[in-house]
Amino acid sequence: MNRYTVAVLVRNEFGVLNRVTSMFRRRQFNISALTASETESGEYSRITFSFDGEEENKQQLINQLYKLPDVCSIKELTRDNSVSCELMMIKMKNDARDRADIHAAAEAFGAETIDYSRDSFVLRLIGDSAKMDDFIMLMSDFTILEICRTGTASIERGSATLRQAMTL
Amino acid sequence: MMLSGSDILVKTLIEQGCDTVFGYPGGQILNVYDSLYTHQDKINHVLTAHEQGAAHAADGYARTTGKVGVVISTSGPGATNLVTGIATAYLDSIPLVAICGNVPTTQIGSDSFQEIDITGVTLPITKHNYFVSSVEQLADTIRDAFRLAKSGRPGPVLIDVPKDIQIARCEYFPEEPATMDAPCAAKDIRIEEAAEYINSAERPYVYFGGGLISAAAQDELLDLAERIDAPLGCSLMGLSAIPTAHPRFLGMQGMHGHYASSMAMHNADLIIALGVRFNDRVTGNRARFATKAKIIHIDTDGSELGKTVNATCRLRGDVKLTLQKLLPMLKENAKPQWMEMIAAFRKEENEYLDDRKGLTPRSAVLAVNRYLGENTAVCTDVGQHQMWSAQNLVFRTPRRFVSSGGLGTMGFGLGAAIGAAYGTGERSVLITGDGSFGMCLNELATAVSYNIPIVVVIMNNGVLGMVRQWQTLFYDKHYSNSILDRKTDFPALARAFGADGEAVSTPDELDKALERAFSANGPYVIDCRIDKDEFVLPMLPPGGSMDDIIVKLEVE
Repeated sequence: MNRYTVAVLVRNEFGVLNRVTSMFRRRQFNISALTASETESGEYSRITFSFDGEEENKQQLINQLYKLPDVCSIKELTRDNSVSCELMMIKMKNDARDRADIHAAAEAFGAETIDYSRDSFVLRLIGDSAKMDDFIMLMSDFTILEICRTGTASIERGSATLRQAMTL
Repeated sequence: MMLSGSDILVKTLIEQGCDTVFGYPGGQILNVYDSLYTHQDKINHVLTAHEQGAAHAADGYARTTGKVGVVISTSGPGATNLVTGIATAYLDSIPLVAICGNVPTTQIGSDSFQEIDITGVTLPITKHNYFVSSVEQLADTIRDAFRLAKSGRPGPVLIDVPKDIQIARCEYFPEEPATMDAPCAAKDIRIEEAAEYINSAERPYVYFGGGLISAAAQDELLDLAERIDAPLGCSLMGLSAIPTAHPRFLGMQGMHGHYASSMAMHNADLIIALGVRFNDRVTGNRARFATKAKIIHIDTDGSELGKTVNATCRLRGDVKLTLQKLLPMLKENAKPQWMEMIAAFRKEENEYLDDRKGLTPRSAVLAVNRYLGENTAVCTDVGQHQMWSAQNLVFRTPRRFVSSGGLGTMGFGLGAAIGAAYGTGERSVLITGDGSFGMCLNELATAVSYNIPIVVVIMNNGVLGMVRQWQTLFYDKHYSNSILDRKTDFPALARAFGADGEAVSTPDELDKALERAFSANGPYVIDCRIDKDEFVLPMLPPGGSMDDIIVKLEVE
């Protein structure tokens, strides 16, 4: 099983995210992360998602996406052709015994403390998904109260854009 | 000119070349029906007994004409009643535009009377659907729906039109009918690759489906088969594309396909697949499907390539245009040895043929054949009778076999036969079973009201035959809820509807009944009594391959 990241430019129509995710559900594609937002143009939205499966499944997924009339452009984003990043906020129990260890790890990962109270604090971490996973692993030695991740946002390197690739 | 939304809707339908629509009125579509009333000189509306029948009629009309079928319903239950019809069209890639009324936009989302989220409901069974939120969008939305329904791989599109949009007014500017997205051939490099495989094949088998019919690529298909000396076979959806009597045609392949056709496919070293999707009813056990063959798969829908079988060579493109580019690259090449094998398969098939005397499913279908005109559409429902029809009907004109292949919708046939009669402009035939007919026979009322000549042949065995067949073979003869044995007197029922009919139990009676039926002015129901333990053969058991084919049955 591989993880693929695919960026899709869709018409910014009412219910378009539902159309895309409904297709994923109906055909049982295994989506591990998804982000959606408006873009540089109000006419289009961008959906970026990560998908776990084999090459064949990925191809089928892309082919099915092409059939949705609201889909304007699709690009597979790889480590080589794109930069990705994700944002995570993790709420830890504030415990005198663990505090120093947690902060040492946070510093090593470049995580910032963005909320602090007597019983808890929130760390914010930005980076790729693997970094998030590693940090969570480290934190699991302590008491994690809550985790919130945005899913991966990816963009192509260089001047190429999804809109240029619009063929539909 | 300034017009109301409902007038714009009807005018745009007319502008798109639509002269016949099927439907059923109701509260939230009243304005559209008012516009249909004022435009009745230009557009004909057929009122069915139930919205499902209207959807199937629009589907039957589309299948027989190649045009976009149009169905209209009100909101809520009217719209949900279309669902089976829309899904049927979706699974068989039939161009359909469904138009539903809805509550006014100000009430949407408040669970008003007869409000339903029909765009949500039909999301997975339409190519696309639209909720019209302003009257200015209405005409272009309808045009776009027509374009989408018939472009590429055809399919159903739904338009949800709230009542206030039907009332609101705006400028309407007529336009030409929407044109299809221009089809294009597959990539040259793929075509060259395919040509190489074909030129080196020793035992090619050309296999086509509904996609060949929607691409109208019959001439190219026959040219291909002649050039490379290959036999032709098809899926259920491919039937009637080419004349059944064509010497190269081996018939339908698959779970209940012709023995020779299935054997040819099984023994081929190359399968050239045109506008098909290798459904499970076609392949059986995919791991053991056509293991000796490479597959060249040409389809306009790229998502079908490699979806179920691992094709060696995948060509995404219009079947007709792709074949036109491919044909000149092919060497003419006779294959006498392969033809000998095919002849042997045919001979073997003939040995298995059911030529029992008396009224048998096969003899009944053969009797129907004698009365079919060149242009007569034959519709079916779903079950044993559907397979007997697919195996034994003889067609001369494309688009004359109308059957729910993908969804397998019992109750499809009568509505479809009404649509087919409008589509062909002549008498249509429905071969059905007592189970299927029982589901939607209310449309007899429609056929009587509009004086539509339909010959209905009910293969009446008092059981759900296909279910029974599986129960006999795989469920220890536990006939759980498959014995109907109802007391319905079909000819009397037909008369109650204002039609006519009779029951037959011998070939002679059937022949005479068919003669009366084919000269009747309206629908004529023939209750054709057959034995409850007739089987559809041959049969590939589910999950089996050609090695497991059942050709003759020894059931005590």
